[in-house]
Parts: sequence; C-alpha cells; structure tokens
Amino acid sequence: MSNKSLKKHNRHTLYHVIMIIWCFIVLFPIYVLIINSFKTRLSIYINPFGLPKKFNLSNYTTIFKDSSFLIYFKNSFVVVILSLLLMIIFSSLAAYALAFWRKKQARLLFFFLIAGMMLPIKIASIRILEIMKFLNLLNTIWSLIPIYVAMGIPIGIFVLTEFIREIPLELTQAAIIDGAPRFKIFTLIITPLIKPALSTVAIYNLVPYWNDLWFPLIFISDEESKTLLLGVTRLFGQYQTDWSKVLAVLTLSAIPVLALYLSMSKQFIEGVTAGAVKG
Amino acid sequence: MKLNKQNKHLSVEPSGWYWLLYIIPALLIYIIFMAYPLLDSLRLSFYTGSNSSNREFIGFLNFKKLFTDETLSVRYKGAFSHTIIFFLINMVFQNGLGILFAVIITTRTMKAKSFYQTVIFIPTTFAVLVTGYLWKLLLNPIWAGDTLSKIGLGFLARPWLGTKSTALVVVSLISCWQWMGIPTMMFIAALKNIPKDCLEVASIEGATAWQTFTKIKVPLIKPVIGMVTILTFVNNFNAFDIIFATETVNGAPNYATDLLGTFFYRIGIAGEHPIAIADPGLGAAVATITFIVLLLGVIPMLRYTSGDN
Repeated sequence: MSNKSLKKHNRHTLYHVIMIIWCFIVLFPIYVLIINSFKTRLSIYINPFGLPKKFNLSNYTTIFKDSSFLIYFKNSFVVVILSLLLMIIFSSLAAYALAFWRKKQARLLFFFLIAGMMLPIKIASIRILEIMKFLNLLNTIWSLIPIYVAMGIPIGIFVLTEFIREIPLELTQAAIIDGAPRFKIFTLIITPLIKPALSTVAIYNLVPYWNDLWFPLIFISDEESKTLLLGVTRLFGQYQTDWSKVLAVLTLSAIPVLALYLSMSKQFIEGVTAGAVKG
Repeated sequence: MKLNKQNKHLSVEPSGWYWLLYIIPALLIYIIFMAYPLLDSLRLSFYTGSNSSNREFIGFLNFKKLFTDETLSVRYKGAFSHTIIFFLINMVFQNGLGILFAVIITTRTMKAKSFYQTVIFIPTTFAVLVTGYLWKLLLNPIWAGDTLSKIGLGFLARPWLGTKSTALVVVSLISCWQWMGIPTMMFIAALKNIPKDCLEVASIEGATAWQTFTKIKVPLIKPVIGMVTILTFVNNFNAFDIIFATETVNGAPNYATDLLGTFFYRIGIAGEHPIAIADPGLGAAVATITFIVLLLGVIPMLRYTSGDN
C-alpha cells in the first residue's frame, strides 16, 4: 500500500516537472516580449533577459504618435464587431428554422451549411478576390466582413442548431398554442435561452477574425483600410532595425485578445474547443 | 379581429417556405462567399488568362505544367513535401504532447491543474504573425548570443531559421508552441467524459497508469483523436502566416520552408518573383489539388472516427 502511494507520489512529481518545463517554454518568450518592449534600442542586446533598468515608455508613445496604429486598431475593431454581429444574427435565425423545420430538405440544407466547417476557405481565395473586385470592395474594410461572416456561419449553425434542439418542446409549444407568432417565439423565448451558446460561437470566431492576416493581405493595400495585423507587418518592416519598437507593436496587438482570454479563460477554452468536441 | 385571424394562421405548422425565410440570409452569404468561389476555383483550374475577360479553356494544361515544368515542378514538389513534413511534426509533437498534458491535467489528485491549463492555452490567443515575429527575434543569434555564451548556452545561438537543414523543423516547432492548447483542451474534455466507474474498475484490478492509458483511455477517446487529426491536417495544409512571418513568402532560406500555402500565394495571388504577375488558373490548379488531397484525407478519417460508435 505504502509502496503504491509512494509510486503515485513520484508520478505526481514527474508530472509537475513536465508541466513546469512546458509552462516555462510558453511564458519565457512572452516575458521577453513584454520586458524588452520597455527597453531602449540597444539595451535589448546588452541585457536581453533581465528587467529593464528603467521602464522606458518611449517605444509605445512613438508608435501612437508616428504611425497609423490607432487607425489599424479601429479598422480591426469595426470589422470584428460587425462580422460577429452579422454572423450571430444570420446563424441563429437559420439555426432556429433548421431546428424546428423537420423535413428532409432541412436536413440537406443543414449538412450543406455545416460542410464549410471542414473546407478551408483560403483555397477559394483567387475567386473571392475576383468577386471583391467585381463588387468594388477591394481596398476597403467592407471586403472582409462578408468573408468572415461566411467563415463563421457553418460552426455557428452547427452549435446553435444542436442547442436549440435541446430546448424542451413544452416551452415553445405553449407559446404556439397561445398563438404567438414564430418570430416572437424566436426573439422572446429562444434567444434568451441560447445565450451561452451564442457566446461560445462568438468567442470561437473572435480569435480567427481578429488574428486573420490572409484576407487583409490579399484585399487591402491602402494605409487607411489596413487591419491591425496587416499594419503590424508594415510596422515590422519600418522598425526592423529597432527591435524594442517591434516588440512594443507586437505587445499592443496581442493584448486585446489576451486580456479577454485571461479575464474569462473558462468560457474561452470552452468556446474554442466547442466545435470539435461536439462533433 | 384582423389580429386574431393572423394568429390563427401562424399557430399551424409553418410551411417549408416560411422556414426558408429564416435561412436565406445565412444561405446567401455562405453560397456567394464560400461555396460558389470554392467550386468555381475548381473550374478555373482548367482556364488560362489573368482576368475574367481573357479567359481561355486549356484542359489539364495547368496541372501538366505544375508537374512537368522544369522549375515549377521542383518548387511544387518541394512545397508539397515540406507541407507533409510540417504536418507530421505537428501531428506527432503537438498532439503527442497534447495527450500527455491532458492525461496529467485530468489526474484527479494533481494540484495547480487550472494554472497549467490556462498557461498552455495562452499562445493560442496570439496571432500567428505575432508568434512568428517574436520567435524570429528569440532565435536571432545576434540578439542574445553574447549573453547565452556567458552562461554556457552558446550552442543555442545559431541561425536556426536561416539554416537550410534546421529551418523547416524549427518553424514546425514554433507552430506546435502556438497551437498546443487546442489538442490539449480537446483531449481534456474527452478524458473528462470517460465514466468514472471504468477507471475505478481498472484501478481496483491493479492496472498500471500506462495500462489504463492504452487499454481504456485511448480507445474511449478515439473519436476525439480523429477530430484532432483532421483539424491538424486541414489547418497545416493551409499554413501560410507562420512562414510569412519567419521566412517571408519565398520560404527562405532557398525555398527550404516553402509550403503549399506560400507557393499558392506566390503563383495565384502575388505573382512569382521576378515577373510578379499572378497566374490565377495555375493558382487554382494548386488549390484544386490541395482541395482533393484534403477531401481524400478527411473523408476516410471521418469514417474511421465515427464508424466505431
């Protein structure tokens, strides 16, 4: 018995060692990123791992003063919020119908719509580029929104339809007998009940929307329309000889999602893994 | 009176056309910006010409060019094999460690579980671009070389990303660093779903940790292992950002890290150096083959994972 618990104890020690090593591998680069963004240009070479002697904010003030960083930030913000909003509205409307419309056509539509979860939209980029050119949306942030909405719809419909199907029928039945219109049932009964699923879907899509580089890269070259990440590539080129500024740019661009994650890590992890586990 | 009539009408089971109204917005966006361009890209691979006005049907010529053109075929084969290596390293290293971490974190008597879980997931929230630029600095031998040699770790200060023999492996490992959180969390969710009695019986019968893992846990989480494999496969066959950030779209050094994603970008969208004119038809051919490879890979994997339960 004692031999067994000793073995168990040793195993725990080994487990902790493994986890601590990995945590170090994860946290050390982030530590380096943040502390070096507060150093001056040359001191990051002299003292790469230590804390700065004096916290120097000039990298950050220069970025805000001399670059279009705030414009990039605003563009990303607008694109992500609008895309999330539209994606949520369209997906939940469709999911409501697909959950209640119990016919063969509905099942076919459902599978057609969720097939996009497995298909990487990047493959279609050449055609999408031509469509955007045709719609005259190239070089504007409006070109990104329909793509992001389309990207998010399959997972949105998948998660929300499952969720709505699990709502007890009695809840809606009573309202139907009372003569409530279907749309009212959707807004007054269904929507409040699926709030957790809505936030799951929003978080799931938030990260890829905010962190997308590909579509801004192929759609946008105008300075005023650049998203944050596309702006980061430009600033990276501009400050290439000044790593402390590059690191400040990287820190600034990573902070929004990171802060959101740290403040609600449980929902975050649930959201990001939702699509996969349920499948 | 009028209101009453309307309500009566709505209380009967609505017809399909009524439900379709709710689906149409999602369906339209999905078709116009995803399904149609995807399928039309396949068609485009049989055409030549730089825009829709001068397009000409050329059959399989784009595909033939891809496999037989002297420089192009070398690049394409290179990109293809690098993508496979990139995928395999991610598959083995990221998902292997992911399972290990998940087993550790779901061990009931472990402490600090939620701390470990939170930390493992942090890099997932970063943009690949940010991760790439950050590691580009960390792996720059000039940056920390002196300090590293002072503490006896000078061997670490090497141009990892600039050396042909190490670049691809190192880039793959950076990608593992970033995405480790996803398989880990998926495996954790799956392991938590295993009924407790299964594990209790095993422990009463005196099974070792390794036996419990191979005989009980792995078979029970097989569907999730399949899902993780599919996700890794699909995502890695489209990787682009990580190469863009660390090695430029040319897959430096000397195309050693050129993946299908970067190759596709150069051929179909940006245009190959030094001409810099994109060839949409040829690019579409690259996309079509990637699409077929993904289908051929994903469908059997889906069958395999869902067929057993």
